[in-house]
Amino acid sequence: MLAPEPALAVSNLVKHYPGGIAVDGISFAIEPGSIIGLLGGNGAGKTTTIAMIMGLVAPTSGTVRILGHDMPRERYHILHRMNFESPYVEMPHRLTVRQNLTVFARLYGVVDREACIAALAEELDLTELLDRPTGKLSAGQKTRVSLAKALINAPEVLLLDEPTASLDPDTADWVRTHLEHYTAERRATMLLASHNMNEVERLCDRVIMMKRGVIVDDDTPARLLARYGRNNLEEVFLDVARGRGEAVREAVR
Amino acid sequence: MTTARIPVAGNRSAKIERDPSAFSFARVGAMVARYWYLLRSSWPRVFDLIYWPTVQMFMWGFLQTYVGQFGGLPARVGQTFIGAVMLWDILFRGQLGFSISFLEEMYSRNLANLMISPLKPPEFISALMIMSIIRLSIGMVPVSLLAIVFFGFNLWALGLALAAFFLNLILTSWALGIFIAGLLLRHGLGAENMAWTLMFIFLPLTCVYYPVSVLPPWLAVISWMLPPTYVFEGMRALLTAHVFRADLMAQAFAINITLIVLAIFAFLAYLRAARRHGTLLQGSE
Repeated sequence: MLAPEPALAVSNLVKHYPGGIAVDGISFAIEPGSIIGLLGGNGAGKTTTIAMIMGLVAPTSGTVRILGHDMPRERYHILHRMNFESPYVEMPHRLTVRQNLTVFARLYGVVDREACIAALAEELDLTELLDRPTGKLSAGQKTRVSLAKALINAPEVLLLDEPTASLDPDTADWVRTHLEHYTAERRATMLLASHNMNEVERLCDRVIMMKRGVIVDDDTPARLLARYGRNNLEEVFLDVARGRGEAVREAVR
Repeated sequence: MTTARIPVAGNRSAKIERDPSAFSFARVGAMVARYWYLLRSSWPRVFDLIYWPTVQMFMWGFLQTYVGQFGGLPARVGQTFIGAVMLWDILFRGQLGFSISFLEEMYSRNLANLMISPLKPPEFISALMIMSIIRLSIGMVPVSLLAIVFFGFNLWALGLALAAFFLNLILTSWALGIFIAGLLLRHGLGAENMAWTLMFIFLPLTCVYYPVSVLPPWLAVISWMLPPTYVFEGMRALLTAHVFRADLMAQAFAINITLIVLAIFAFLAYLRAARRHGTLLQGSE
């Protein structure tokens, strides 16, 4: 029997900019229903990788396949089945939360919009905020609105770029819990770029570690901790970021 | 159109339209709604649409009245001023309406959200075209009524000629708007000034207030490459000689179609370049 096609497969992906190489020949595949963390310091290539997966940035070479379709060639066959959330991409401030969600529901072709928005608002504790301008909300509330937008089409593939950046611990924990429930119940696939090691350790089935545009390690959090002989992913991250990865792994062996 | 119900967390499900390849009027409607929500939430935005066309109309209207007192040639020249400024505003405000709606996405850092949604470039452009007409109408309808009240100039009395003038001017404004949107995609807000000023190159070249015959021959050749030149010449023929030049409108229309096609190609080329250079994610510089 053939193995099921990965929800997301990246093969020999390269991105050259005039100033240098952002991503240098990375390959990985993600099984449906799994949560994968993309870890790396600033400039490691995480955001560029996610942008290439979404079709926002054209790869210099290599391929991206999502749900069996080539991105970007077949983008309009898959864009309505995926979504994205990042604190660095905002929604129009003057529009109310309801107006913003209505616009995106219509863009994604959600038929029963009002019911969908009401249910999402209840899940994400936004009901009281629906008629307030998005720009008047706190950072935590805006993140919940962005998350509502990212879930409006019930995506099968969800891409998140530092979803809890600048949130207080309570709100961040709330967001992580919701993402856990969503992926478990929906069996959605999630790729999460983050600097927050606790978040990655808690949510992710597998962690891809990037440095200077290449993948330097790729395994489950437990196996990474064992391989580096560390107690938490933050220590593993520092080993990789400071170029001690190979030496530490040798010492552990 | 087919739909599929997708179960999700909690009791929620999303019923999604599954016709990814087709042009979607629903998505065009979504974008028009987005800009309409913004416009109606901000009275300064609405005021701005009416304010400057009104100022322009009064200034040129009083000048026309003054010049008209001299009789003879100055009066004949002057009797086209209000018509000229109002047609110029259709051209300029049509492009601004298109470009400002596009700029709103950059100001609000929403472009990436749109670019990863199923919204296609033709749908986006269609929504911007509709918004340019809505914004133009909000500004120009009251101004045209004021021109009747204060100066006895009835733009609407031009009838079918007005429709031909309007069609050609709005097509040119869209062609320029599409081109500028491409520039903004590729170069971000660094190209913002182009949205506000590029049209002004048309002001002397398309002979808004004077006939093409005053231009040096080499400049007249360039002027006749631009569709608004035909419209302003046609307007003068109508207002001074009471002749509707359908031939000029047909030529303008043909050039406009060419310009729109070229602008769409330029937009798509800029979009590809923006994806190559990663500017869709940044958008602000």
